[in-house]
Amino acid sequence: MTNLPTSAIVPGFTPDEVRTKIGFCEQLKGGVIMDVTNVEQAKIAEEAGACAVMALERIPADIRRDGGVSRMSSPDMILAIKDAVNIPVMAKVRIGHFVEAQILQAIEVDCIDESEVLTPADEEYHVWKRDFRIPFVCGCRDLGEALRRIHEGAAMIRTKGEAGTGNIVEAVRHMRALTSGIGALRKLDKEQLTERAEQYRVPVDLVRWVADNGKLPVPNFSAGGVATPADAALMMQLGAEAVFVGSGIFKSDDPATRAKAVVRAVTNFDDPSILAEVSGQLAAAMPGLDMQSIPEADRLAGRGW
Amino acid sequence: MNAEDPGVTTIGVLALQGDFFAHEACLARHGVATVRIRKPEQLTGIDGIVLPGGESSTMLRLLDYAQLFEPLRDRIASGLPTLGTCAGLILLANEVEDPRQPSLGLLDVTVSRNAYGAQVHSGLFDIQGCDGLPPSRGIFIRAPRITRIGNGVEVLATRDGDAVLVRQDAILGAAFHPELDAAGHITHELFLKAVSRRSALEHST
Repeated sequence: MTNLPTSAIVPGFTPDEVRTKIGFCEQLKGGVIMDVTNVEQAKIAEEAGACAVMALERIPADIRRDGGVSRMSSPDMILAIKDAVNIPVMAKVRIGHFVEAQILQAIEVDCIDESEVLTPADEEYHVWKRDFRIPFVCGCRDLGEALRRIHEGAAMIRTKGEAGTGNIVEAVRHMRALTSGIGALRKLDKEQLTERAEQYRVPVDLVRWVADNGKLPVPNFSAGGVATPADAALMMQLGAEAVFVGSGIFKSDDPATRAKAVVRAVTNFDDPSILAEVSGQLAAAMPGLDMQSIPEADRLAGRGW
Repeated sequence: MNAEDPGVTTIGVLALQGDFFAHEACLARHGVATVRIRKPEQLTGIDGIVLPGGESSTMLRLLDYAQLFEPLRDRIASGLPTLGTCAGLILLANEVEDPRQPSLGLLDVTVSRNAYGAQVHSGLFDIQGCDGLPPSRGIFIRAPRITRIGNGVEVLATRDGDAVLVRQDAILGAAFHPELDAAGHITHELFLKAVSRRSALEHST
């Protein structure tokens, strides 16, 4: 075909994968993906206008509280949620646990999150996501991490933030790091781009794509610590294209109202009068944790590399 | 029509949720200006409108929250050229199944949501053009299936016998995503032809 924009050719993806895997993620833009632990919560999320749900047995705030090894959720539980809603259903696998991913593909979840919220299964390798038909989303803290995940086949990136804290500070840090990493690439010459690719441990084609286009080649979403409509809008104004909300909705005192408010806030992220309206009618948000109260070893964002 | 420059075609793109960025990029490649539609007052001054892909249930809630459902329906019913893709087709349909849900009721078809299955069944499929339209491929993502065609609805393309591109007057509906096809697809050309026909008509009266 002639006149194909360069943005349509993504290193590491076939043209068909760009359309079907990245194309799926395009459909979620401007939306809210909500963590749900049962059918009832999934229905509340769909009713409020979530564009997808993430089915998991324990939301991050409880994983953090309970400790222990956290794994892929039971397929039965995920299937029950798939039956209950018509929006896409995602589920999480442990970092590097490609068999959990094979299982989730076999039960036809719409998208897999290879997530630092679960206990990593491999401390060296992430899942080689190009082997799968369904799209993956992965977390990142900066541009290098984002590009390593995209090189492995992630069709969508989300900032990690610090899940289960109700504290937006880490998501902001990661989004700013990602944005400034992209900005910095644009000023580099060919030789410097090659050096940067080596530093990031990814092919130079991928680094050059980002330098040429000034953005990631896959949708860039935000996660980890979103508790209020204002938090969601903040991430959108900082450049996120959609928002994952984990504990923030079902750990609050008014999940249905809060879910609706966050959905409206993401669509109208640049309209302070609507943000004021939706923020006004809410009960208490989840309590939230100060980052200084979480020892380095207990921080989830450090999982994955 | 563009308020600042009446010579420039301006297309509204419903920007509540979904792949409206992809439609904007596609329309930009065709050389037309776009504006994002999130509020009723933004429905004036446009020559056509696109209802993008995304989640139809999400868009329905957001149309409701923004009190945009009725103004949008009335504006399209007045003859505004319209293109709906995937979720946009679901919004336009007269009847929606699996599950039943409200819709604008402007295109006399019945659609069944996600009828081709979960994302693992998404992909590129051959589509056959009708009435001299060339064959091509369409990107189907958790696509709706058109299960009934009303009188006055033309079928412009099919996939394995299913209608996937339909037209009723100035309203076009696609079950697939022409906006994700960077090489361009006939769908946007058909839509923009309807837009210029309508503009010519308005200028002549």
